[in-house]
Amino acid sequence: MKLTLKVWRQKNSDDKGKIETYNVDNISEHMSFLEMMDVLNEQLIAEGKEPVAFDHDCREGICGMCSMFINGEPHGPGKGITTCQLHMRSFNDGDTIYIEPFRSRGFPVIKDLIVDRSAFDRIQQAGGYISINTSGNTIDANATPIPKDDADKAFDAATCIGCGACVATCKNSSAMLFISAKVSQLALLPQGKVEAKERVLAMVEQMDKEGFGNCSNTGACEVECPKGISLENIARLNREFLDASITSDK
Amino acid sequence: MSKELNSKVPTGQLKDLWTAHKDHIGLVNPANRRNIDIIVVGTGLAGGSASASLAEMGYNVKAFCFQDSPRRAHSIAAQGGINAAKNYQNDGDSVYRLFYDTEKGGDYRSREENTYRLAEVSANIIDQCVAQGVPFAREYGGLLDNRSFGGVQVSRTFYAKGQTGQQLLLGAYSAMNRQIAKGKITMYNRHEMLELVVVDGKARGIIARNLVTGKLERHSAHAVVLGTGGYGNVFFLSTNAMGSNASAAWRAHKKGAYFANPCYTQIHPTCIPRSGDYQSKLTLMSESLRNDGRIWVPKNMEDAVAIREGRLKPTDIKPEDRDYYLERRYPAFGNLVPRDVASRAAKERCDAGYGVNKTGEAVYLDFSSAIMRYGKEQANLHHEYDASDDRIRELGEKIVEAKYGNLFQMYEKIVDQNPYKTPMMIYPAVHYTMGGLWVDYNLMTTIDGCYCIGEANFSDHGANRLGASALMQGLADGYFVLPYTIGDYLQHEIRTGKISTETPEFDEAEKNVKERLEFFINNKGTKSVDHFHRLLGKIMWDNVGMARNEAGLKEAIVEIKRIREEFYKDVFVPGEMNEMNPELEKATRVADFMELAELFAVDALHRTESCGGHFREESQTEEGEALRDDKNFAYVAAWEWTGNPGEAVLHKEKLEFKGIELKQRSYK
Ligand SMILES: Cc1cc2nc3c(=O)[nH]c(=O)nc-3n(C[C@H](O)[C@H](O)[C@H](O)COP(=O)(O)OP(=O)(O)OC[C@H]3O[C@@H](n4cnc5c(N)ncnc54)[C@H](O)[C@@H]3O)c2cc1C
Ligand code: SF4
Ligand code: FES
Repeated sequence: MKLTLKVWRQKNSDDKGKIETYNVDNISEHMSFLEMMDVLNEQLIAEGKEPVAFDHDCREGICGMCSMFINGEPHGPGKGITTCQLHMRSFNDGDTIYIEPFRSRGFPVIKDLIVDRSAFDRIQQAGGYISINTSGNTIDANATPIPKDDADKAFDAATCIGCGACVATCKNSSAMLFISAKVSQLALLPQGKVEAKERVLAMVEQMDKEGFGNCSNTGACEVECPKGISLENIARLNREFLDASITSDK
Repeated sequence: MSKELNSKVPTGQLKDLWTAHKDHIGLVNPANRRNIDIIVVGTGLAGGSASASLAEMGYNVKAFCFQDSPRRAHSIAAQGGINAAKNYQNDGDSVYRLFYDTEKGGDYRSREENTYRLAEVSANIIDQCVAQGVPFAREYGGLLDNRSFGGVQVSRTFYAKGQTGQQLLLGAYSAMNRQIAKGKITMYNRHEMLELVVVDGKARGIIARNLVTGKLERHSAHAVVLGTGGYGNVFFLSTNAMGSNASAAWRAHKKGAYFANPCYTQIHPTCIPRSGDYQSKLTLMSESLRNDGRIWVPKNMEDAVAIREGRLKPTDIKPEDRDYYLERRYPAFGNLVPRDVASRAAKERCDAGYGVNKTGEAVYLDFSSAIMRYGKEQANLHHEYDASDDRIRELGEKIVEAKYGNLFQMYEKIVDQNPYKTPMMIYPAVHYTMGGLWVDYNLMTTIDGCYCIGEANFSDHGANRLGASALMQGLADGYFVLPYTIGDYLQHEIRTGKISTETPEFDEAEKNVKERLEFFINNKGTKSVDHFHRLLGKIMWDNVGMARNEAGLKEAIVEIKRIREEFYKDVFVPGEMNEMNPELEKATRVADFMELAELFAVDALHRTESCGGHFREESQTEEGEALRDDKNFAYVAAWEWTGNPGEAVLHKEKLEFKGIELKQRSYK
């Protein structure tokens, strides 16, 4: 198929940036979206131009590196997928596709489609862990049985890939879904309960510092999340936060 | 200056070695650790766990990764699971058995003391990870669940659905985060190591490029740890992440670290077949699927042709007209034979003309028997004794979904076919590299103070790695082995003081890197980096892939050199040095692959035996199985750089076995 691509080009964080138009031809429906971008880049290189910079690594939907706002949606059309899992069969011959970076105060653009998501790391550093040494001198793994249901729920929350689609789609640029995933995972496990209060307070505080907005329960994040992280986690985060704010001595 | 290999393996009984070694190894006291800096390159399972542990012990750690966050290291993509000799299933597992399976699975080409230690610390990994909040799969009783993996007869694999690597890496990442918050780890994201700095024979730092600004940076330390992953991308197409590269290890090699067994590559049997020339990478379907999937091709050539031409569907082929070739050839292990065996068997059937997709390079992985078997079980559990086939199928699909849901989904997204209803198509792909930097028992390379852990070293898997053992090795190295063994070296560094970066060695290293980068920017050729990478990958796959022979290898060596020359003549790298420039990143990585590829072929040519993943057509049994030559090749081939990959000097570490008897592997 033949496509018209409207791609955001921005040389660096100081540059204002603008949309450029490119045409690509001979795109197979079996290609992934990023393979289509590879074709575009090969074409640009052949013309002696600079290729479009975009983040990617695993190309199988697990590293969370790829981003891109495609036709107004983070990770493009289709549910439960990342950009690297999007295939060209989702588009039609002759389509015009708009490709932009994830946009949020918390995610400044570095170049073209690449944004800086290090705020997510800093939020995790604020408390997204269990304070246990790595010496290996812990109790036997089976000494504490965990109800399968709790373990499964903790797992579901833990599958967040830290991609930032939830933030990019939210009109308030809220990072609540992302944070709630970590808070829930650890709050659901006996090992994580000990520090649950300090954790939730610290992570939310850091979120505010990073300039992410508040949650107004529109639920757009859940819809766009490639891993189906559920809003239930935000509800749990709110409960944990409220409980911690009332009872914590901090 | 050539260095003799000294594996520093302690003497004594195999089963007591590690404990005794730990008891006697040099230590650095906690007050002194504060004055010692360690650079850890890589934040995968190996580098991440090492950084966290070393920081926790009190060392100052500087950690580096080229992704935008440590959480995105390639380890994140591991699907199936992690082994540990816990014997929770009470099926006769033990440390010895895990050791035995790993050694045998590796076709007796690894150092047995390392492998034994790996088995020994494996159980602790699970305890550690659970304590960190890693949500492993559990049974209804709340205890941990296990599955079994290829090449073994016990159930010792722990898993978190199809995202085990993700969950383990996030565990290590959280341990890192705790230390980053405390200031004990300084994290350098989007940084790429481009050179190792050696001062007076000791690793003292690295030159890294800040990938956002393009600036070169000098970083010094008392020791440098490389946990930079494998080099499977030398084949261009592999299951590795796009950025996975050999550069850190290769740079160390050129500075004096011997490279061991470069030709030992694992070709994984269950990957999604390629669909076209634009293909950028291959996707693995976890080996765990072989627990329940049966592999087959049509028995009759006419059926195979009809399927390829789209006239027949796999579900049209009657059970008696299917060739379940693994079950036929290997009745004892069936679909669970080790990876190398399964891969070659698929190639054999496809080469014989029985492949089932358009390219003729695919076999079926079929879940219909498992779905019906589980469905029947469920129907009985629900007291639905006369359930219809449709109902049984429905119940069975639910069980299969619970076990492999995300993998099935992944397959459907890529191939656009529903694997619950029609068998998956799979074909072998490059997946893992057993070779890597040579290390001694302490995990130190032949450069003093330069350590290598995880997939980047050569140490534990011999000529073939068993499924679910890479994650085990990465975490064993990083959490439990290196934090002890590095003390043996660092005890002599407590009086060294800060290492300056303003020395002739750093000047020289930085100058070399700068010249290399400038070369690419100024070259103004006509073809992209990927163009050359694809050419290299093709020759590697065709001549140095699943089956190798003398003529093919010799041809590959000539071709690799030719492609390398052309690359330097005609590559075009747009953009500038002092800015973010992904093409420039690719160029330096591919340049190193071009050299590594040649050494790879040289190693494959010199090893005229077949062993594990290295199959020399000249060395096979009458039934076409790999035939080892223990008399001449029971050694680790460690190559020393002398200025040219083709002229590397071979050093041999003889392998001696006390804990296990050498046998021709048989899975029949
Ligand atoms: C698809 C897939 C599935 C797998 N499934 C399993 C499984 O189920 N069980 C199992 O046991 N194994 C599995 N493996 C193998 C296993 O995942 C890897 O061998 C293992 O994760 C490697 O870990 P590592 O820490 O050594 O390196 P990696 O995870 O590859 O990490 C490398 C790190 O080094 C950094 N790096 C590399 N070069 C540089 C440089 N020059 N400068 C700075 N940083 C650098 C990277 O940024 C990264 O942080 C799988 C592999 C693949 C590809
Ligand atoms: S919650 Fe979902 S959308 Fe948000 S970072 Fe995690 S995976 Fe991405
Ligand atoms: S590239 Fe890893 S999730 Fe898309």
